[in-house]
Amino acid sequence: MSEMICITCPLGCHLSIQRISETEISVTGNRCSRGETYAKEELLFPKRVVTTTCRAVGLPAGAQAASLYAPRRVPVRTADAFPKEKIPELLKLAANLEVTLPVRRGEVLVRDALGTGIDLVATRTISCGEPS
Amino acid sequence: MKQLKFDAAVIGGGAAGMSAAAELRSRGCSALVIEREEELGGILMQCIHNGFGLIEFNEELSGPEFAQKIEERAVASGIEALCGTTVLEIRQEGGFHVVYGVSSRHGVVRVEAKAVVLAMGCRERNRGNIRIPGSRPSGVYTAGLAQRLVNIDGYIPGKDVVIIGSGDIGLIMARRLSWSGCKIHGVVEILPYPSGLTRNIVQCLEDFGIPLYLSHLTTNIRGKDRVQGVEITPVENGAVRYDKSFEIPCDTVLLSVGLVPENELSRNLGVEINPATNGPWVDSRLMTNIPGVFACGNVLHVHDLVDYVAEEARRAGAFAADWLAGASPQRELRLKTGSNVRYLNPSKVDPDRENKIYLRSMVVKNGAVLEARIDGRVVKSIKKAHVQPSEMLFLTLGPKDLAEPDQRTASQSAQVEIAIV
Repeated sequence: MSEMICITCPLGCHLSIQRISETEISVTGNRCSRGETYAKEELLFPKRVVTTTCRAVGLPAGAQAASLYAPRRVPVRTADAFPKEKIPELLKLAANLEVTLPVRRGEVLVRDALGTGIDLVATRTISCGEPS
Repeated sequence: MKQLKFDAAVIGGGAAGMSAAAELRSRGCSALVIEREEELGGILMQCIHNGFGLIEFNEELSGPEFAQKIEERAVASGIEALCGTTVLEIRQEGGFHVVYGVSSRHGVVRVEAKAVVLAMGCRERNRGNIRIPGSRPSGVYTAGLAQRLVNIDGYIPGKDVVIIGSGDIGLIMARRLSWSGCKIHGVVEILPYPSGLTRNIVQCLEDFGIPLYLSHLTTNIRGKDRVQGVEITPVENGAVRYDKSFEIPCDTVLLSVGLVPENELSRNLGVEINPATNGPWVDSRLMTNIPGVFACGNVLHVHDLVDYVAEEARRAGAFAADWLAGASPQRELRLKTGSNVRYLNPSKVDPDRENKIYLRSMVVKNGAVLEARIDGRVVKSIKKAHVQPSEMLFLTLGPKDLAEPDQRTASQSAQVEIAIV
């Protein structure tokens, strides 16, 4: 028997969880069905959307001179929720990744990261254009 | 000096400013956004985490994604923007609002506008605001400053971190720094409950085994050149138990202790400020006491969600366009905060159309009812499964709710009281 708080909505139901087998649990204390879905996913296959940044490289010297603003980091995220146990490995991968500018929002930087089927994508466009 | 003329000048190029300007453009007014950073987007550009846009775009986006989608809309509508330009003063000269700014590219910039939309956002409360005793070593940052250093500039503020205050930005930074190789030794909250969302408590603290010290006060920051530790003292039944103080060694302290609307420009212009929100008092069309000066977004009141900011800002843009076209409400009813309501925004309603009102509860309550009353008569009531101070509420009041029962015209003195019971 374990306890957890449902985070699906602000009500924050206190859930009691009974493990039936390796792959089965029973949930009580939830005021709606989303509580059960949340508890099952969180206990059996916990996932998180991972957001971090990568080093930005390749900004042309001219572009840097034209704009006072030269971004050093490119924000990235997993295109979908990512298995929690593989997050440390993914962060290492992202920390060592260099992204050559320009980059477009949504551009896939790593396809099928660590064999999960989930891509790592850029979350902003950096165009190196003239400042407004 | 660069001289410009626009129907509307929008101060601030974040989610609020861009949305207001886009709305003004779509209604045929020329609009200039003035932004102090080198690019549009505002604070969203450093909020690389997920969870923005569920209402506005029906998907979960990171801050930069949300900002750029709003920017694309705004650019498509034909707004103009002046980035890298800091507004120093807004003055009234010869029937116009004149905005003075400085820019390293253009020098002094003078913008003449018929209407001004204030969209400067808010800033963080800092150590001075909460008066933490101790020495003045380096290594004390506000959470948002640390967020900028990490996510945009690419620097780590320190390795061993204690976070004071359990606001969402602090919680998000606990996760961000944990993922960046730092060790977070604890989050210290003076209140008996966390001020951030439960979701963030679970995903930003529990996922990393970070201790949350509720009902604890930071009674000292120690260190000569660099922070060496913080002294934490439990609060029991209102008494500070110095006999139970303990120290957490660390090299960095982050403060996540609330946000304040940034209204220096507004105050200098003579805009009256509501002490409950620290933002301007606004009428039913989000106009301040200065005719033609509107306010929206976090400069008006601190919002929970950027989605609400964008929505409110669009209304401000539309109201500014109406004002530029010479329209004004026939009459307005004053709104009054009733029981358990911290504040209401706006503070007046126009009984001839639908009004959207944002409000904040003072209490945590399950099974609450949100009530609007005129002269004690309930004109609207909405059931709320759960209310709490950190969760903004809204309701709409329209001509049907605000009409007098015997078809008399509501008198100017009529008030609409909004309460949580």
